[in-house]
Amino acid sequence: MNWNLSDGRPIWQQLHEQLTLRIATGSYVRGSKMPTVRELAAEAGVNPNTMQRALAQLEADGLVVTNRTAGRTVTDDESVLTATRRRLAHGTIKTYLDQMALLGFTRAEAAELLQTWEEEDT
Amino acid sequence: MKEDLIVCRDLVKDYGKLTALDQVNLTIGRGRIVGLLGPNGSGKTTLIKLLCGLLQPSGGELLIDGQKPGPYTKSQVSYLPDRMYFADWMKAKDLTDFFADFYPDFDRTKAEDMCRSLKIEPGHRIKSMSKGTKEKLQLALVMSRKAQLYLLDEPIAGVDPAARDFIMNTILTNYNENGTVLISTHLIGDVERVLDEAIFLQMGHVVRHDSVDAIREEEGKSVDALFREIFRAEAYGGEHYDR
Repeated sequence: MNWNLSDGRPIWQQLHEQLTLRIATGSYVRGSKMPTVRELAAEAGVNPNTMQRALAQLEADGLVVTNRTAGRTVTDDESVLTATRRRLAHGTIKTYLDQMALLGFTRAEAAELLQTWEEEDT
Repeated sequence: MKEDLIVCRDLVKDYGKLTALDQVNLTIGRGRIVGLLGPNGSGKTTLIKLLCGLLQPSGGELLIDGQKPGPYTKSQVSYLPDRMYFADWMKAKDLTDFFADFYPDFDRTKAEDMCRSLKIEPGHRIKSMSKGTKEKLQLALVMSRKAQLYLLDEPIAGVDPAARDFIMNTILTNYNENGTVLISTHLIGDVERVLDEAIFLQMGHVVRHDSVDAIREEEGKSVDALFREIFRAEAYGGEHYDR
């Protein structure tokens, strides 16, 4: 997976979003060890302090846990992961509904279209 | 070790009638990567030369690690000048020898490893190297010192985008964690994501000094875009940027 950083928004927030997504989708496996700040920073081509800030936020979210001995690991708590996936799904739904509203579909119409949609329709 | 690494108080430098730096007040902490940004002639190189003791201030005060520039600070500063200063008959190995002789904090193994990853053989002559390779070689040497302050004057000017990425990565992975890196450049887009802080210089004044993320948050645009805005306005005779 590549790091994709855009202009105009704080870099740490974008890193935080992308790390959250990686954890939610299981790229970083539940309970496993996270790469170090330096490794992540080098991979993304960003300043280690910026990466540190993103990781601190992940920790505050409960998605990663720092143990004195094992270093930083992905949370083992399924409820946190479920809640995160749900929150991300809500974001995607909101984007979908906003776009559909722009095209003139009500929420109910949008939901119905979604139900009946087949891959071939596009 | 706690105090700021660089402190400038009302720092002035003039060359005869021309004032290159005018009452600059600046503090820079440790373990930071700082961009010194400004158009040509805004005083970037002058500030860097003052920091490494090549120029003397005309007024005000400048302290590095609590000391005035002198033998002590020079031992703590690793400087990459904006142009190559080595004799071109030298080979890569001669340069490594040169650095090893001059600087006790020079890590020869590290420099040789870097040269290898750059595909520079010890027997290569500087004369036969491309501009980009010369830049990379010099940077490898400069970053192989264990200094408190790295002063990099235009490290990516005149090299291709792939080499720029390589250079930025070299800086990221090789600076020592208590060391501060000051990078002067006007190729902001290429360095922005590597920086902690940005200092904007305009006609010898610091017009903005902030963290990159704070700038993005407040302005809703990248540092590169902000730079273009500030300095474009000036070019067409607009108001000076003040804050």
